[in-house]
Amino acid sequence: MALKDITLGQYFPGSTILHRLDPRTKILCTVAYIIALFLAKNLPGYLILLAVLCALTVVSKVGFGAVLRGMKPIFIIIVFTAVLNLFYTPGQGEPLLSFWVFRVYAEGIWAAVFMILRIAMLITCTFLLTYTTSPILLTDGLEKLLNPLKAVHVPVHELAMMMSIALRFIPTLIEETDKIMSAQKARGADFDTGGLMQKARALVPLLVPLFISAFRRADELAVAMECRCYHGGEGRTRMRVLKLGTADVLALAGGAVLCVLVVLLGRIF
Amino acid sequence: MEPIIQTEQLSHIYSANTPFEQTALDKVDFTAYRGEYLGIIGHTGSGKSTLIQHLNGLLKPTSGRVLFEGKDIWETKERIRQTRFQVGLVFQYPEYQLFEETVYKDIAFGPKNMGLDEKEIDRRVRQAAQFVDLADQVLEQSPFELSGGQKRRVAIAGVIAMEPAVLILDEPTAGLDPVGVESILRNIHDYHTAKNATILIVSHSMEEVARTVDRLVVVDNGKIPFSGPPREVFAHGEELERMGLGVPAMTRVFHRLRALGAEIDPSVYTVEQAKAAVLAVLERRGGGKGAV
Repeated sequence: MALKDITLGQYFPGSTILHRLDPRTKILCTVAYIIALFLAKNLPGYLILLAVLCALTVVSKVGFGAVLRGMKPIFIIIVFTAVLNLFYTPGQGEPLLSFWVFRVYAEGIWAAVFMILRIAMLITCTFLLTYTTSPILLTDGLEKLLNPLKAVHVPVHELAMMMSIALRFIPTLIEETDKIMSAQKARGADFDTGGLMQKARALVPLLVPLFISAFRRADELAVAMECRCYHGGEGRTRMRVLKLGTADVLALAGGAVLCVLVVLLGRIF
Repeated sequence: MEPIIQTEQLSHIYSANTPFEQTALDKVDFTAYRGEYLGIIGHTGSGKSTLIQHLNGLLKPTSGRVLFEGKDIWETKERIRQTRFQVGLVFQYPEYQLFEETVYKDIAFGPKNMGLDEKEIDRRVRQAAQFVDLADQVLEQSPFELSGGQKRRVAIAGVIAMEPAVLILDEPTAGLDPVGVESILRNIHDYHTAKNATILIVSHSMEEVARTVDRLVVVDNGKIPFSGPPREVFAHGEELERMGLGVPAMTRVFHRLRALGAEIDPSVYTVEQAKAAVLAVLERRGGGKGAV
């Protein structure tokens, strides 16, 4: 089973400049990067964004291998969108290739290439965020950023707490799934063969214990939190107070500059 | 004695070719004989759990072979499945794998997967329940209404009901009170004598396994440094302590006595053996006079 190999949203501990930046800065810069990515209209824009992303990956010391492995689960989606774009982008002039109902135009090839780049870069930049920011810091940052919404009675703290708990338990649940699967296989359960209905039925011995243990964990966690006098966000202080430094200001400025640059490049060329 | 399970140069590497690569087993040669009561001891992370998951084909060796009754278990897909029924594996905290509406149905899950007929399944479920001291009325209850100790019994019965020739249990007594520990160990022993089954009990508590097993296998750092009858293994007291494995209290006392200069056999691990060893020394000193 390849469950253990999933690296989606996994934190790589480290102490590079990317790791040390304030999580709010990193979230905002990621948003800025994604906006820039959608504003980019032509090759120079994409090249600059790609260069920035490569530089950040090198700085983060996460390694290109890990980034590529993280891309594996969405590989099919990338291929699918690329193929759709390739065949369904109408173009002027003669089609480069045509058979049956399909016509491939030069514009289609460009659209497919850009779409692959766009999705891959989008995923990579969000990966960089989660690779270099621990889930706790990430939710802390989100909570701080969404704080203004409290004015309109959005339960920001509760949402952030729910998110950090959910993130915290993903690896635990994966491990648990692995364990229960092995235990049921040891009793002759067969998860791989049979038709769709048979496969669905084979999941019962896996899902029932998994749900029960998830509820049990939730119960235990709630008791443990109450024992430590948790009563929501009201009046709660933090051990680690987030502070914006010079590096953060520079990074934010960099994000803004990147957006402007991409727009300008779109206009010029 | 006739070997029932063997591994030949068995190696297992987790997350091979990634930065998280880790060798869990390193060219291990392991043998369990038919009808043997075997203890496997090792520190957390020593590779003992990895080893037992190879014995019924849950994990595939990175290199090396696993033989059941002399034949490679990975020969065909069907053979793997048959091996899983022949080599029953009870995981740590097995109560978390229960899922059926009634205890009866849960115990019947394994036999049902074997494709047995109703009558045979019924016989096996009732017999397995008997082995682990579950009363008949419990069989109709939901497993989730039971106490922790009883859930554990149901889970063990679920594996025993497949009537495996080899029964492997990973820390079967973890988290139970002393009375629960004793009765589970007794249940396992009953199955062993009734079916002449090979039992492999994994533990990190020397005291617990030493009393019941014929032979001990020590796993440390993906290798098997020693194996043999408990007395032979406990003669390596200091090395065992260095591996983070406590030897039984009695053994530790006698090792200390020896270090103090007493001419005494340090491989004892029960009160009876200790008494015999002390008496032997006194005898040598002449007529039972003088202190050790």
